[in-house]
Amino acid sequence: MLFQDVISRWPMILNGVGLTIVLSFVAIGLGLVLATLMSALRSLAGSWAGYVVDAYVELMRNTPFLVQLFMIFFGLPQLGIRMNGLEASLLAMTLNLAAYATEIIRAGVDSIHKSQVEAGLALAMSRRQVFQYVILQPAFARVWPALSSQFVLMMLASSICSFVSVQELSGTAAIIEADTFRSFETYIVVTVIYLVLALSVKLALNWLGRRIFPQVSGLARVTEAHGEAA
Amino acid sequence: MPAVLIDDVYKRFGDLEVLKGVSLSVEPGQVVALIGRSGSGKSTLLRCINGLEAINAGRIEVAGHVVDQDPKKLRELRKDVGIVFQSYNLFPHLTVGQNIMLSPRITQNVPTAQAESLAREVLAQVGLSEKFDSYPDNLSGGQQQRVAIARSLAMRPKVMLFDEVTSALDPELTGEVLLVMEKLAQAGMTMLLVTHEMAFARNVASTTIFMHQGKIWESGASKEVFANPQTPELRNFVSAGAK
Repeated sequence: MLFQDVISRWPMILNGVGLTIVLSFVAIGLGLVLATLMSALRSLAGSWAGYVVDAYVELMRNTPFLVQLFMIFFGLPQLGIRMNGLEASLLAMTLNLAAYATEIIRAGVDSIHKSQVEAGLALAMSRRQVFQYVILQPAFARVWPALSSQFVLMMLASSICSFVSVQELSGTAAIIEADTFRSFETYIVVTVIYLVLALSVKLALNWLGRRIFPQVSGLARVTEAHGEAA
Repeated sequence: MPAVLIDDVYKRFGDLEVLKGVSLSVEPGQVVALIGRSGSGKSTLLRCINGLEAINAGRIEVAGHVVDQDPKKLRELRKDVGIVFQSYNLFPHLTVGQNIMLSPRITQNVPTAQAESLAREVLAQVGLSEKFDSYPDNLSGGQQQRVAIARSLAMRPKVMLFDEVTSALDPELTGEVLLVMEKLAQAGMTMLLVTHEMAFARNVASTTIFMHQGKIWESGASKEVFANPQTPELRNFVSAGAK
C-alpha cells in the first residue's frame, strides 16, 4: 500500500478538514438559533404559526439532504436566486439542522412540568418570559445529548456538499483519488479523519454540556418529585 | 375595603362543577384557612384568586384588582398576589438567589444589586441566608418550600396564597415551614391557606372556612369552628382529623 501519495498532499487535506469544520460550525450555530426561534414560535404564537413550523419540520425531515441541497443549488437559480456551492451548502445545512433541532428542542420543552410554567406565571411573568427564563435552559439541558449527536450527524452529512463542488474533506478526497488512483488509501485516511473529528466534537459537546448545565443530573430528580406530589 | 372579595363564583371542569356559588371576603391582615376533603374545591378556589384557573361565573377582586383573563391585567394582579404551591416549583436550573431575584428583575425592572439585597432580606426572613448560592436540588423539601415562600415575598405581595404547602413534607419539615408562615401572619400579611394542618388552622388562622361539595359549608372564628361544628359533615371531618 502506498500512503505516501495521499499523505504528501496534506496541505490539501488540511484545507478540506478546515472547510468541513467551518461549514459544520456555522451551520450548527445558525441552525440552532433558527431552531430556538421556531420552538419559541411554536410554543408562544398562535396555532397557525405552529402549523407552519410543523410543516417546515416535516418537509425537511422527510426529504433527502441531497435533494434539499440540489433544490437550493440547481433549483433556486431558475427563480433568480443564485448562490455559489459554499453558500448553497451553508444554507442547506442550516435549514436541515434547524428542522431536526426544532423537533429535539420540542421534546425538551414538552418534558418541562406544567407546574414550572405555573410558577413562572404566578410570579407575574409573561408567557414569553416563562419560555425564555424558566423553560428554555432546562429543556436544552435535557436534550443536549440528542442535540449533540444531531450536530455530529450534520458534520458527517456535510460530505454531501462535495456534490456541489465544495472542496471540503470528501470533495478533497475525490480529487486526491482521481490524481493518485489510490482509492483505498485515500478513503482510509479520510475515514480516520472523520472518525477523529466526530469523536472530538462529541467529547467537546459533552464537556460543554457539563459546563453550561451544571445541574443536569438534578433535573431528572426534580421531575420525579413533582410526579409524587401531583 | 376587603383584601379579597369573592362573589358568587362558579367553576366547572368540563361537566364537573367544582365551585357552586362561593362568596367570601378577607380583610387586610386577616389569616383565613380553607379546610375540607380532597375534591371539595378549596384548591381550585385558591387558584381562581390569582387567575391560574378562569372562573365561569361570579366576580373576584383581590388587592384592588378584578380577576380577569386578560394577560396584562393578570400580570399586574400577580405582582400583588403571591402563591406557594405544594410541590415548591423552584426553578432547578437557578440558584436559590437567582430563583428569588428573577421575577423582580424581569417583571418589575429592579436593578440587579437591589434585587440581590432584596433576595438576601427575604431569605433571612425564612431563615436560609446561607443557602443563597445553593441549587434547589441540594436542599431538603422544607428548605425548598421556605425558599418558595421567600421567592413570593420578594415580589412584595399584598396577599399571599398557600396551596397545601406542607402536604409533601414529613412532620419535622412541616414544622419549620409552618413556623415561617406563622411569623408572616404575625407580621400582618393577608393570607389565605388551603391546609390539612388542623392545629395550624385552629391556632394561627383567625377564620376557618370548611368547604364541602363546592360550597362554603360552614365558616367562622377558627376556635369556634373547631370547638362547635354545626353541621354533621364538619363534625365528621374534624373528628376524623383528630384521630
